[in-house]
Amino acid sequence: MSITQPDRRGFLRTLVSAGPAAALAVGAAPAVGDAVETPEAPGPAYAPRYFTAAEWRFLQAAADILIPADDNGPGGATVGIPEFIDGQMEMPYGHGKLWFMGGPFHPEVEPELGYQLNLVPRDIYRLGIGNFDAWCAKTHGKPFADLAAAEQIAAMHELESGRIVFADVPSATFFGFLLTNTKEGFFADPIYGGNKGMASWKMIGFPGVRADYMDWIDRPNAAYPYGPVSISGERA
Amino acid sequence: MTVTMKKKDVVLIGFGWTGAILGQELTEAGLDVLALERGEMRDTPTDARYPQVIDELAYSIRGKLYQDLSRETVTVRHGVDDLAVPYRQHGSFLLGNGVGGAGLHWNGMHYRVLPEELQLRTRYEQRYGRNFIPEGMTIRDFPVTYDELEPFFTRFEYVCGTSGKAGNLDGRKIEGGNPFEGPRSKDYPTPPLHNGYGADLVWKGAVEAGFHPYYAPAANCSTPYTNPYGVRLGPCNFCGFCENYACYMYSKASPQTTILPVLLRKPNFELRPRSQVLKINLDSTGKKATGVTYVDAKGREIFQPADLVIVTAYQMHNVRLLLLSGIGKPYNPKTGEGVVGMNYAYQAMGGVEVLLPSGTRLNPFIGTGAGGVSVDDVNGDQFDHGPLGFVGGASVRHVRLGGRPIQMTPTVPGTPKWGSAWKSAVKDTYQRELHIDLSGSVAAYQDVYLDLDPTYRDAYGQPLLRLTYNWHDNEARLMHHVGDRISEIAKAMNAEKYWVTNRVTPGAKYDVRFYQSTHTTGGAIMGADPRTSVVNRYLQSWDVPNVFVMGASAFPQNMGYNPTGLVGALAYWSAKAIREQYLKNPGPLVQA
Repeated sequence: MSITQPDRRGFLRTLVSAGPAAALAVGAAPAVGDAVETPEAPGPAYAPRYFTAAEWRFLQAAADILIPADDNGPGGATVGIPEFIDGQMEMPYGHGKLWFMGGPFHPEVEPELGYQLNLVPRDIYRLGIGNFDAWCAKTHGKPFADLAAAEQIAAMHELESGRIVFADVPSATFFGFLLTNTKEGFFADPIYGGNKGMASWKMIGFPGVRADYMDWIDRPNAAYPYGPVSISGERA
Repeated sequence: MTVTMKKKDVVLIGFGWTGAILGQELTEAGLDVLALERGEMRDTPTDARYPQVIDELAYSIRGKLYQDLSRETVTVRHGVDDLAVPYRQHGSFLLGNGVGGAGLHWNGMHYRVLPEELQLRTRYEQRYGRNFIPEGMTIRDFPVTYDELEPFFTRFEYVCGTSGKAGNLDGRKIEGGNPFEGPRSKDYPTPPLHNGYGADLVWKGAVEAGFHPYYAPAANCSTPYTNPYGVRLGPCNFCGFCENYACYMYSKASPQTTILPVLLRKPNFELRPRSQVLKINLDSTGKKATGVTYVDAKGREIFQPADLVIVTAYQMHNVRLLLLSGIGKPYNPKTGEGVVGMNYAYQAMGGVEVLLPSGTRLNPFIGTGAGGVSVDDVNGDQFDHGPLGFVGGASVRHVRLGGRPIQMTPTVPGTPKWGSAWKSAVKDTYQRELHIDLSGSVAAYQDVYLDLDPTYRDAYGQPLLRLTYNWHDNEARLMHHVGDRISEIAKAMNAEKYWVTNRVTPGAKYDVRFYQSTHTTGGAIMGADPRTSVVNRYLQSWDVPNVFVMGASAFPQNMGYNPTGLVGALAYWSAKAIREQYLKNPGPLVQA
């Protein structure tokens, strides 16, 4: 993270230093300040840290099926969902370090008692992508990433249904992680690699880290005019 | 090898709300007090730093402030003969950890208690007859009344700077407050937070449907405020990042924003974070605690002698520590013998979702932890249970917590969960969906309890706590009734659509996968009789009189309200008894 402002006041001062807050509402030029990065300069291609090349192709394709590019904004691959998931695999979460993983394991108990597999997210993706690509190859002759869009959508519905039997991980469990992490990447702050350009926040009208609405609580049903700000100071 | 430290007058185990209150009260009495907290030091500048704290993934989703389950969790099963398995991921409840405990990342929903809840069994037996309470339901009276606790409710509200409006000031009913509440000796210390558009709509709908809406009491300060300890809080700015987060505005009451700035500076107080207490040590008679054994940050095992041991951890940890220390007889659900672990209870959560007409702008990101609109018409015993045939009630509220996108982008049931249809549904629903929260009481039952797990162990090799819990038909019927009644409010709001989302339905099993409530109660219950309770009316152990046990573990059953107001009041009530009675004559404050 590039921003080191010690407090909110300092952070906001840099944001509004170029003019009155109202000017921000109509997409005026970004304020010039220490906290404001030049947005969206294309950098070198992202090199995945955890996922293999084949897995990476799957994630790119899956992200665009789960969150397609359409009139409501860019698709999942464009907003960086594969980068987000790859980053999470290197966090304590990916290693299952946020969970109690002591044995014995009883995956046969009723589902209401919660997750009981001896697998952490890194395992679930590795086994799940491998199993799903193998199923796609067997059923459609190609791995998921190489199928036509309509076939990908149909295959994803099959995966979601839980009807496909995988060898190494329950297919519905894999789909659950894939969808949950995809939505996390779509909506989380861009510092985690997804939600590039704050695309999802613009789509729904969430102002990001502004987090100060003292002068808006008393304006019922009024349109909120300011675009989102991210933790690292990007604005859109 | 165990290191023995210099003796202290008092050792506190756990340093959240009750630890801070007892620390402050007992240092005021001149005692030398040590607090042992297993988690890290936490404070506003470090754990609520803006803008880093406005991070939904880190705080709400990955649980930055929660208990590290990889080291310790609980096990769960539905029935007394079932296999219990670990609660491996945070779901149904979110246990806290670190200085401030869950008091750092709560919402600040600061209710008292409806007076009849404290005499629950007597009230039902007198109004509906002895046979009204079903077999196996073990609800009790608290051994203390609303009138006795009133000064302590007030005290805690003034420490917190709680915002709200009295509905009953010394018996005088006041418009805009809760007409069903017990009499207050003083109004709230700060006025109600302003309501946003959604709360205005629910308020109007409630009035139209014949309910009695009032300003939800919020330990989110509405104005600059200096509390009785001289600690200053600031007004809530509706940032929408309250529960699961520490408050960067110093508005939400927490130990850090109300007590610690004074307490941590006292020469007769010491805090040792990263100190995991393994057990309370007893002398050879088993009737007197000599201190506690803990593991420090360096991994050393340490014996800390103390004259008085006060258990101020979270409800579940309080019960586990008593079981690990052999204080009180463990409850056995098959024989009905024993007391420690009995009368565990929870809350039955549900909601009415309301979809307002297209074009409505709720600006959902404008949120607070606890301010909004509440109704008590279906809470406690404020309605006739006779023809309904169930015990209990629900507190009902609309509090707009925020519009955090990962968790607060609902869609209408039946919407696809992904694809363009999902995207457009999320966009369409975000500005016009609101949630009316139903928080139902849960009775105590003979077959619901806490004990030590025979198989699973924590990072220190000690048995995990085992939770045996499932829903009962009483709560399913309660929630069905409440869902029906509160739908009348939604109907009066001219909604495009509304629907009930109760977790507890006939035949539904307790499901740990979905967040419901962190209001777990019981297991070290207070009572008038040592044969049927763990602590007396001053929260003093019947078995080991120099041990006191604070917190919601003392509740004989759970209510519809959030518990923290009662937890804080009981802590001040107990502290007064320790200061004015126990210290003069250490020993049992109630003769068995």
